[in-house]
Amino acid sequence: MAANQSAIEVNDLRKSYGGLDAVRGIDFRVRQGEIYGLLGPNGAGKTSTVEILEGYRRRTSGEVRVLGFDPNDRPRELRARVGIVLQNSGIYNHVKVAEVVAHFAHFYPHPRDVDEVIELAGLGEKRDERARHLSGGQRRRLDLALALIGDPELIFLDEPTTGFDPAARRSAWQTIRSLRDLGKTVLLTTHYLDEAQELADRVAIIKGGRILAEGSPAELGVGGGSRYRIAYANGNGEPIVVQTDNPTSVLHELTTAAIARGEQLRSLSVTRPSLEDVYLELTADA
Amino acid sequence: MPSSASLLWRQYRFERHLFWRNPSAAFFNFLLPLIFLALFGAIVHGHQNELDVIVPGIAGMSVMATTFTALAYNLTFLREQGVLKRIRGTPLPSGIYLAGLALNAVTNAAIQIAIVVLAGRLFFNLGWPPQPATLVVFVVAGVGCFALLGVALSHAIPNFDSAPAVINGVFVPVILVSGVFFDVKHVPGFLRDIAQALPLEPLINGLTGGLVHAHGGLGQHLTALAVIGLWALVGVVLATRGFSWEARRG
Repeated sequence: MAANQSAIEVNDLRKSYGGLDAVRGIDFRVRQGEIYGLLGPNGAGKTSTVEILEGYRRRTSGEVRVLGFDPNDRPRELRARVGIVLQNSGIYNHVKVAEVVAHFAHFYPHPRDVDEVIELAGLGEKRDERARHLSGGQRRRLDLALALIGDPELIFLDEPTTGFDPAARRSAWQTIRSLRDLGKTVLLTTHYLDEAQELADRVAIIKGGRILAEGSPAELGVGGGSRYRIAYANGNGEPIVVQTDNPTSVLHELTTAAIARGEQLRSLSVTRPSLEDVYLELTADA
Repeated sequence: MPSSASLLWRQYRFERHLFWRNPSAAFFNFLLPLIFLALFGAIVHGHQNELDVIVPGIAGMSVMATTFTALAYNLTFLREQGVLKRIRGTPLPSGIYLAGLALNAVTNAAIQIAIVVLAGRLFFNLGWPPQPATLVVFVVAGVGCFALLGVALSHAIPNFDSAPAVINGVFVPVILVSGVFFDVKHVPGFLRDIAQALPLEPLINGLTGGLVHAHGGLGQHLTALAVIGLWALVGVVLATRGFSWEARRG
């Protein structure tokens, strides 16, 4: 596949369950080798979208291509080239970590080395442990190992760190970054802003089954409709806040006027909106 | 891609491996028919005609327990745990995965039948099966029929917590009414009619021919075989139509 081709293409995707419209016409492209984040609150339509791409659900309408295939047909070749970490999926209670990873390796035409994948997932010390003795975080790591054993080009991660403690999240993030270093494409869904900001090359903010904004976390921070915020205290010490799209000229006017009056602009600050501000603004209930 | 035959063999070996990985479950699985045989053998000791009823009855119950009960229970567990959904996302063909589960159950059925035949030979004066062909035909038909019905029943189980209640709610009345522990000839007519319309009584009927009767042959059990066949058809339809790879939500 050519390097400039999209790993995932979604055009006007819609999904209804009975009378409920979970996905209401979304478009996006995921480039080869990038980490793309679908960020949104619970019930935004993230999992519906991802499960359509994974071949678990049928779309109501729209066009979808995953590595050039229609996931609706569930072609075996596609399943051999993607790795899926579901939001929650169990495993046999009595199976040992290395055993189940080795077993799954047989499903694939060109699997990776079992021990290498167990190390990559951070389960090296637990390789002979039974699945039922693993902690929640370790089970999540086993999910990741099972998704990676087939050496997939594209990896779906649905809420990969939900329920993790901060240290476990940091280490999971490191593992996910290492996937990008291996040249993998990752579609990540999350309701954690910091996770999207840390990991994703590009983010789509999704709510109510629609994409509200899309771009790199940095781009979204400035271009997402929010403005620069300039705060200072005037001559009487009263706090003043100015919102603007053009901070340069506003600052120029403010400072020129203050110098002319011989005043100080005390407590002056200029803040650039973070992804968080954009997210909260976009996803706030009207 | 790996070939279907090698995938099926590996999947089957994996299921067997996991079955023995939980030794207490495996042990009691095989112990249960022996306990029943020992108890009822002791109760009816010396009455050969009653032993001739008990041994094929226990054999029929074993077929049902290892296929119907085990598959309904396992599939509910695997679906609720999300194992089925996970497998569905891999390139392992779904049919091969399910065939691996079914062959695992069939193996347990074969082992239990062997145990019952041996026990009949060693402790209950039954001798070796006088009609091996009838025995094999009915074991195969019974295993297929009850495996399909077990898969079908798993669709009707809302969650894993309710699995034992639902499964026993079907299993216990069926084994009682179908003459596992007594000769169906001695029960009231309406119960006998019900029993003969269900698949277990016809299975025990055929197994009785295979295990006990020196005279006669498969031809005497064709009605029984037809009833099992009809239930197998019902099983195919219900098992495939309702099949879900995911737990119901909410």
